[in-house]
Amino acid sequence: MKNNKLKILTNGIIRENPVLVLVLGTCPTLAISTQAINGLGMGISVLVVLTCSNIMISALKRIIPDTVRIPCYIVVIATFVTMVQLVLKAFVPALDKALGVYIPLIVVNCIILGRAEAFASKNSVVDSMLDGIGMGLGYMLTATVMACIRELLGNGTIFGKVITAGTITPFTIMIMAPGGFFVFGVLIAVVNKLTKGKVAEKCQNKCLGCPGAAFCSEVQKEGGEEA
Amino acid sequence: MADRHTDLIVASAPHVVAPADTARIMRDVVIALIPALAVSTYVFGARALLLTAVCAVFSVFFEWVTRKILKRSNTIGDWSAVVTGVILAFNLPVGIPLWMAVIGCFIAIVVVKQLFGGLGQNFANPAIVGRIALFIGFAGPMANWAITPRMSQAILSVAEQDAITGATPLAISAAGGTVPTNLEMFLGLINGSMGEISAAALLLGGIYLIVRKVISPAIPVAFLGTVAVLSLVFGLDPIFQLCAGGVMLGAIFMATDYVTSPITTPGRIIFGIGCGIFTMLIRVYASYPEGVSFAILLMNILTPHIDRLTRRKVFKPAEGGAK
Repeated sequence: MKNNKLKILTNGIIRENPVLVLVLGTCPTLAISTQAINGLGMGISVLVVLTCSNIMISALKRIIPDTVRIPCYIVVIATFVTMVQLVLKAFVPALDKALGVYIPLIVVNCIILGRAEAFASKNSVVDSMLDGIGMGLGYMLTATVMACIRELLGNGTIFGKVITAGTITPFTIMIMAPGGFFVFGVLIAVVNKLTKGKVAEKCQNKCLGCPGAAFCSEVQKEGGEEA
Repeated sequence: MADRHTDLIVASAPHVVAPADTARIMRDVVIALIPALAVSTYVFGARALLLTAVCAVFSVFFEWVTRKILKRSNTIGDWSAVVTGVILAFNLPVGIPLWMAVIGCFIAIVVVKQLFGGLGQNFANPAIVGRIALFIGFAGPMANWAITPRMSQAILSVAEQDAITGATPLAISAAGGTVPTNLEMFLGLINGSMGEISAAALLLGGIYLIVRKVISPAIPVAFLGTVAVLSLVFGLDPIFQLCAGGVMLGAIFMATDYVTSPITTPGRIIFGIGCGIFTMLIRVYASYPEGVSFAILLMNILTPHIDRLTRRKVFKPAEGGAK
């Protein structure tokens, strides 16, 4: 039992990493990972919102009617996002300014909505909290690592500290969009190597074990009915 | 019997074995690049040779290492990496630090070519992506044009005034300055990327390739023709526009890459016209003075669609062989 809880917690870090394996929340990750501090700030914001919303949605899962669950989730998530944004504005205004529209956009971040739909609405409060923390940590690590790589290569610094700037001309394309996609692809390759491609295989063959399975099958069903 | 969707025709036996293979074609391309390299060496000095050699050697090295790591067959004998390296060098300013050129080779060979499966699988021309990545990533060094005493008086006087330091003819023209004469432009007594300066030498190489049937004239003619026509439309000097920047190098050596250009003649004409249109649009309206590489890259990406649109129409499928 205890082992199981630990597994829920560590699932999000590599094995089911939300960005690199589930490929959710790609847009904000690519957009903000230009500086390590932005990646870390965004990562912590997502971690907090994801944990809180998972707890709340799991606690409310019997009250929320099935037909209007998505609007209800969004109200819950938006509440926590507003709180996080107010805290950021009050204590780290510079970070808030750097992250800009991507903080309010956490409301519709597919990682958070996806975990609410696929995990929190079906599991106990404690499990949902652990899942939120694990997935949030996975997101935070990915965003920070990506941002460190891009900041080092594209600007010669990490967390604003000079590493190579001044001695080596920085390769500025790395902090532009193409560099983001490139680092993203390389990290996905690394994770595939670490998990020996098992995750990708599983998703291709069957939907078992894929947290988006409920989503997919529902969409397919709806699509089929329309057709 | 013919492949009904393309121009490929397979006749019945007996068949003549043609000596053409990848290595032979690529060697011909290298030979065709020699006149341009000679002019560059004359204008820029020995560093042009050094830069070309470094790019060629590192391209071959990266090709070899990547194939080795990915446990694929060794393909450095097909000369394609040499061609990519030389063409990439031709796209760089002669004074660029050599390590930056090596990064360009890495992007061209490893990222664009080998990660997509090697020769024949790359969706874009490796040398072009290498150039664009360097152009955007190292904006300063990539616009640092060398000035040598062998260049046109117009360029030297601009350099002397220090108004626009070492500006290329296109930049001078964009700034409204006096540009070199058309003869100087044609011969290549100007500055710019290392191998693009001499339209005359590049045309010589192009004629060699067309005579040897390595390339079909469709893409270069359509590309250069479109640039000339659009120059007239925009009220610019067509000869200047054809000789300036990378149009000749791009039209003859980069847009004609087999892998990333259409296979049918109508497709090639559409491809060339598209390259010409985007080149001129970027030159006239965009903030960059030159747009050949972006134009070719864009058309590279459209190539699969052009191929699909220009397939031969089959009215009645052949008996039995229809799919």
